Amino acid sequence: MPNPQDRSPMISLRGITKSFPGVLANDHIDLDIFSSEIHALLGENGAGKSTLMKILFGFYRADAGEIRLSGKPISIRSPRDARSARIGMVFQDLNLIPAFTVAENIALFLPNLKVVLNPQEIDNRINEISKQYGLAVNPRALVSQLSIGEQQKVEILKLLLSDARLLILDEPTRVLAPHEVEALFGVLDNLRKDGYAIVLITHKMKEVLQCADRITVLRSGRVAGTLLRSEATEEKLVKLMFEKALSGLKITESKRDESSKPILELRGIETRAEGAGVTLKGIDLQVRSGEIVGVAGVSGNGQKELCDVVLGMTTCVRGEKYLFEQNLTNRSVGAMRRKGVGFIPENPLAMASIPFMTVLENMALPHTWRYARYGGFAIDWKSLKEDIQKTEKQLGFSVNFYAIAKSLSGGNLQRMVILREMTHDPHLIIASYLTRGLDMQSAIAARQALIQARERGAGILFISEDLEELFMLSDRLLVLYGGRFVGEFKPSETNIYEVGHLMTGSKVEHVG
Amino acid sequence: MSARTFLRIAVSNTLVKNIARYVMMMLLALLLFGIILLATGKDPFQSYRDMFGATFGSAYGFSEVLVAMIPMLITALAVALPSRVGLINVGGEGQLYIGAAFATWGALTFKDQPAWVLLPLMALLGMIGGALWAFIPGYLKSIGLVNETITTLLMNSIAPKIVGFLIFGFWHSPMDTVKTENFVSAARLPTFFNTRVHLGFVIALVLLALFWIIMKYTRWGLEMRAIGGNPQAARRNGIPLKGYLIVIMCLGGAIAGLAGMSHVSGFYGVLILNFSMGLGFMGFLICWLAGGDPIGIFLMSFVVAIITTGGNFLQLTQGLPYAVINILLALALFVVLASPKFFEGKKA
Ligand SMILES: Nc1ncnc2c1ncn2[C@@H]1O[C@H](COP(=O)(O)OP(=O)(O)OP(=O)(O)O)[C@@H](O)[C@H]1O
Ligand SMILES: [Mg+2]
Repeated sequence: MPNPQDRSPMISLRGITKSFPGVLANDHIDLDIFSSEIHALLGENGAGKSTLMKILFGFYRADAGEIRLSGKPISIRSPRDARSARIGMVFQDLNLIPAFTVAENIALFLPNLKVVLNPQEIDNRINEISKQYGLAVNPRALVSQLSIGEQQKVEILKLLLSDARLLILDEPTRVLAPHEVEALFGVLDNLRKDGYAIVLITHKMKEVLQCADRITVLRSGRVAGTLLRSEATEEKLVKLMFEKALSGLKITESKRDESSKPILELRGIETRAEGAGVTLKGIDLQVRSGEIVGVAGVSGNGQKELCDVVLGMTTCVRGEKYLFEQNLTNRSVGAMRRKGVGFIPENPLAMASIPFMTVLENMALPHTWRYARYGGFAIDWKSLKEDIQKTEKQLGFSVNFYAIAKSLSGGNLQRMVILREMTHDPHLIIASYLTRGLDMQSAIAARQALIQARERGAGILFISEDLEELFMLSDRLLVLYGGRFVGEFKPSETNIYEVGHLMTGSKVEHVG
Repeated sequence: MSARTFLRIAVSNTLVKNIARYVMMMLLALLLFGIILLATGKDPFQSYRDMFGATFGSAYGFSEVLVAMIPMLITALAVALPSRVGLINVGGEGQLYIGAAFATWGALTFKDQPAWVLLPLMALLGMIGGALWAFIPGYLKSIGLVNETITTLLMNSIAPKIVGFLIFGFWHSPMDTVKTENFVSAARLPTFFNTRVHLGFVIALVLLALFWIIMKYTRWGLEMRAIGGNPQAARRNGIPLKGYLIVIMCLGGAIAGLAGMSHVSGFYGVLILNFSMGLGFMGFLICWLAGGDPIGIFLMSFVVAIITTGGNFLQLTQGLPYAVINILLALALFVVLASPKFFEGKKA
């Protein structure tokens, strides 16, 4: 590949500045994007990556600054302008219409849409391109029934089918399984060869060093530096992002006791699937005090259903659930919550937060009974704040209490949920894709928080797609495939390949 | 501070903005209506003089506006409360009828009780009646069976028939088959200063204030806002969704039932066949236009009350058909719907 510096950029941003009440999200940012390059954008949570790209896509208007397309200043006032400048974007929090099918959602954005739609033709085009790119989706499925990972794939397909020449992908790999990430990078590589420009936002260094041509790091709304891949190393990038080297995870010995009574026990749980969801079958599970039980699996194999059964969101048609030896099968979520169950769901915006409430109000929700005063006529915000601040000190990250939840950056929203759920030392923690969207520093802090919780005797159900993370943290490892547990291991007695095989269903043996 | 920044601050104040909005809306509606009057050969200036003379011109005229506001305020609240948890209660009309019937039963049965016993009893009965009527759609919704919008709407046409059946069958006075005998004075809400403004007005204001306080400061307000903002997340946080849906729907019904009680006890003093003629629907409209906000409900009710009372008078003086009042009302609503954009101003 020719050195991009020798060519003139496809898009130049000059002096882009954007402030929100109380925050300067972008502070005089200059950025050049060339055709035939994958440009990675890095930076800690809240650094201003998404904001900058939303400005380029016309979703926000910059307070100051200029956008140039092939050297000529253009004005992008709306996503419509962006599209006509052949710029396309996949948002971090995804933007599909839930009541529409996949095909309808994609059709809405096809550049050459006919007045009369031919559904068969659209389905065929989707199937063709999803096969070509290795991103499998069902065109007829309703978006509201898709897992967040599947929605992400739909968004990417939507973008690929449009005529955009500059593709902006805001943390696309956050919700994809490892093999899908590989497939996506394959696609991006081909697009680069065809002369497309790609901006990729991610928090994963490995991905950046694997596929980016150039890397720009943002820190508190400013450009901290731009590197060519050949000159970038993980240490250099971390230094640019955080201004310091990160200390690693301190993993302590687990204090689990095989003979102790389990905190959570599921016996032969079975559920009935809703819509396109997964049916759980014969789920047996025990989580003891002081242990982290990892659940490995490709998302969409029953993870969401498993969490919801434990939490009491869905009813089970067969089987029993015990918490502290008390039968709580099909009891309300409130009953579980009051007994000290914390839940970090796979999608913090849709499943854990009220978008238009402040962070502090959101923080109160699982504990309203705890902070109600005068029989409920007042809420003790002060002691709530104190409790959360204590957790903030423990975990080492914080969020602005008075921001509206919806305005938080993706990572800050995840931080909010983690802080909330870790407060009041829950006895059982269900952590689903804990580190999704977190920057490296916060990811380490969040994992450290789980280890701390294990140390003080909590039981943890840890659901993830990231095998490295699972092997690092779990005391026991279960593999979930098609709504069943298809394997149980001690991490020390197995390896990534065996588990990876089971995850994709290539070697199915039922346990229990 | 320059005049411009001062203006910006003043306008950013929601109350001022709200009032400005309603005043503008009135002026625009009157302008449009004037054109219609002119087209039909009436004198718009004389009409408006009559209309405002009838409402603002005298203390009595003004008191009539307040009288008209009472059922509007209460029925609008019966819509506003459920809307906070995402329920659309179109059933205010039916709940009002059933509430009125329950209260009437109390008034007819316990005639010889003193007012301080009878009135609270009637209020309670009215609320129970409305709540029962709302329980059906609330329950069906909470188990995920039927959408409450449809059920509440359909049940509106049943309620007046039941009331009619009660009047024809059991309660009608010896002289008249379409109404009950007049309530005893102990069963009538007290009125103020020789006008027809009755205690219902105070009740309505107290309820509105209570609504605002509860939503803003209490645990239940917080939980309700959570449900309204994202029901799935609220449930995952342990907030009892089903319980709230049923209770809040019933409370909405209870408020509408109270509106029925206040109207038969405070306004008519008798239960008449088909007495409401759409009070509940008017409440729905007002709440919706005010965005469910208490101050908005008050201002909106005020505007609508001026139009209806002034319009009634216009009918007499100008010989205009009643339909014309509906035209004016429709114009006002039209302007409200169009105006939010108008006042948002440019993003700073
Ligand atoms: N609509 C908004 N209103 C107010 N503040 C906002 C809004 N959007 C973003 N912000 C703030 O701007 C800052 C930058 O946010 P941005 O979403 O660009 O971060 P990010 O770099 O994408 O972070 P992450 O990695 O967590 O996604 C944050 O402090 C955020 O709270
Ligand atoms: Mg972001």
